[in-house]
Amino acid sequence: MSTATKKEHKSNRPSRGGVATFVEAIRQGIWEEMERDPTVFVIGEDVGVYGGAFKVTDGLLDEFGEGRVIDTPISEGAIVGAACGAALMGMRPVAEFQFIDFISCGFDMLTNYAAKCRYRWGAGLATVFRGPCGAGVHSGPFHSINAEAFFLNTPGLKIVEPSTAYDAKGLIKAAIRDPDPVLFFEHKKLYRLPRLREELPEDDYVVEIGKARIAREGRDLSIITFGAQVLTALDAAAELEREGLDVEVIDLRTLAPLDKEAILTSVKKTSKALLLHEAARTGGIGGEIAAVIAEEAFEWLDAPVVRVAAIDTPVPYSPPLEEYHLPQLKDVLDAARKLAAY
Amino acid sequence: MKKETQRKSASSAGLAKKRRGADGDGNNNGGPLNVAGELVCTTETTLTDAQMLELYRYLKLTRMVEERLVNLYRQTKIVGGVFRSLGQEATAVGTCYALEPQDFISPLIRDLGAVLVKGIRPREIFAQYMAKAWGPSEGRDLNIHFGDMSKGFIGPISHLGDMIPVMTGIALGARMQHKNLVAVAYIGDGGMSTGAFHEGLNFAAVQRLPVIIIAEHNWYAYSTPTSKQTAVKDLADKAAGYGIPGHIVDGNDVIACYEVTKKAAEFARGGGGAVLIEAKTYRRKGHAEHDDQRYLPSGELDEWERKDPIDRYERHLISQNVATREKLNEIMADVQREIDEDVEWAESSPMPEPEKAAYGVFDNSIAPPALRPKIFGGN
Repeated sequence: MSTATKKEHKSNRPSRGGVATFVEAIRQGIWEEMERDPTVFVIGEDVGVYGGAFKVTDGLLDEFGEGRVIDTPISEGAIVGAACGAALMGMRPVAEFQFIDFISCGFDMLTNYAAKCRYRWGAGLATVFRGPCGAGVHSGPFHSINAEAFFLNTPGLKIVEPSTAYDAKGLIKAAIRDPDPVLFFEHKKLYRLPRLREELPEDDYVVEIGKARIAREGRDLSIITFGAQVLTALDAAAELEREGLDVEVIDLRTLAPLDKEAILTSVKKTSKALLLHEAARTGGIGGEIAAVIAEEAFEWLDAPVVRVAAIDTPVPYSPPLEEYHLPQLKDVLDAARKLAAY
Repeated sequence: MKKETQRKSASSAGLAKKRRGADGDGNNNGGPLNVAGELVCTTETTLTDAQMLELYRYLKLTRMVEERLVNLYRQTKIVGGVFRSLGQEATAVGTCYALEPQDFISPLIRDLGAVLVKGIRPREIFAQYMAKAWGPSEGRDLNIHFGDMSKGFIGPISHLGDMIPVMTGIALGARMQHKNLVAVAYIGDGGMSTGAFHEGLNFAAVQRLPVIIIAEHNWYAYSTPTSKQTAVKDLADKAAGYGIPGHIVDGNDVIACYEVTKKAAEFARGGGGAVLIEAKTYRRKGHAEHDDQRYLPSGELDEWERKDPIDRYERHLISQNVATREKLNEIMADVQREIDEDVEWAESSPMPEPEKAAYGVFDNSIAPPALRPKIFGGN
């Protein structure tokens, strides 16, 4: 604690509601849950004095002390495993991966221990595993991935990825209160994006896990996406509107379990589906959504389902390479125009 | 002279360093001897006679449950494999018997003895092995892969080493709740080679958490000898790398196992932090019933059969006048009655309803069960 008091900057308690960025919304959510429930605690690398690599846990140490804000060795397996053990004791850990790329180091503990515990012997683990994901900020192959597809084929893990400050706060609170393991992915490009600053309610609220949202209503085609790509989709929709196309944007918010109803309702309305995600195309969540649409909305379709995703390479570092790798606004526009004309 | 030295050190709480008896050195692997020159157990103990007899009951229960499992396996009543702890029962039973009711254990597959000491009934084990609906996991998982939080028992998973971080978390959670308990994780000479073992123990050591590692040195991980797992001389040497105390105990001396764990638990409970105990023992059966043990050097099994922990303890109890042969037979008959009754119960259990497979991935009051989808909205 002595090091904590040496800090020149003492982080204040976040406001309750008010205008907040995406990162501030998550911080508010965790802070409020720690105030509300003494079993909630934070565990991860550099989450204490330093406040986390992206300052999501800034100030928690001063407020809640070392007992509930635990800096760990560089051991993602130990972070996940210890979170599971503490959850068995009735605690509610919020574990941080410094970058979501490092979730691979905790993969065994997540997929074999956390995911199967309730199923095997009825011991549900109220755990949250969160961290910054996503590319587009020139961080190279090891600080840029989107990890959802690694876990979609593992029953027992819920996967959440918000795209607005309101949802980020409501979903992190819902994740902390959830009785099962939740992977909570935060696209790092959104953390301090001025565009996402918004007024949050002063009162306590949660956003239900498992429910998508209609980010923009439209009639002509559906762009189904999540995370930072929601912004790309909305930008595309705005441009296409000028061309007379009325695009609906579905923000999935939860990737597991998928809100099939929202997907099918939208596709049955527009009859055309464009699936947009930032992870590599092959084996990505787009394939799963396409299969759901093919199986359950085939007769409503007026065109093939189209995927727009990253190319099948690691995320490269140099800006022109990364730009080529990632799906761009132009790709979405081109795909949407072709789909509309089909 | 050599025997004298070893006897002396073994009797001081069983912390003596021992040579592997199986390496062909021809001696009796140390340990205290009775007047007839036969290997017995350490006489330095705080155990009462009644406790010593209870220990005996758990040893016999462990062995006889496993023998019964083998019978059931041969009758094809067991769905999966059967994993024996023959020859190493004293480690699991003796170490676990030293714990308090509030303490937690995470045993490995060969620690049935610890599970029974924690109060899990044989019927639960039989029903698990037979994949029955009345088993604690209701047919979802095998053997001792289940848990009972009310009894401080957290079953392992197949991925060795993973329970070390989990048990570190048990101790961490307990500390936040101001509960004074120790978390005991069992691991083998093979499991100690995993990254999870290292990460978990390192974190426990850094946090000074009351985690006790029982490193069961039984010389084989499936077919791989310890010499291909690690370059350290004794597994206890690894403790130094974590800045925690490491002890060595004769894993076939049930009393020594009890005493060393009791001291370690007091140390950990008192704020001393993590402890590693290496118990030197031997796995006399193969990895599972199907394993023909072709990898064993000749003579090794015979040598360790002579050092059988239960025979040894019987000799000890009789030579120390704790029990007569008749008394021991009485205990054995009582164990046999319990096992017969519990096998009957487990056999009477139905198999699980197939559709139950869809339930319990998540809390189903929130997320629906994963029932089979209907093709084209029909069947």
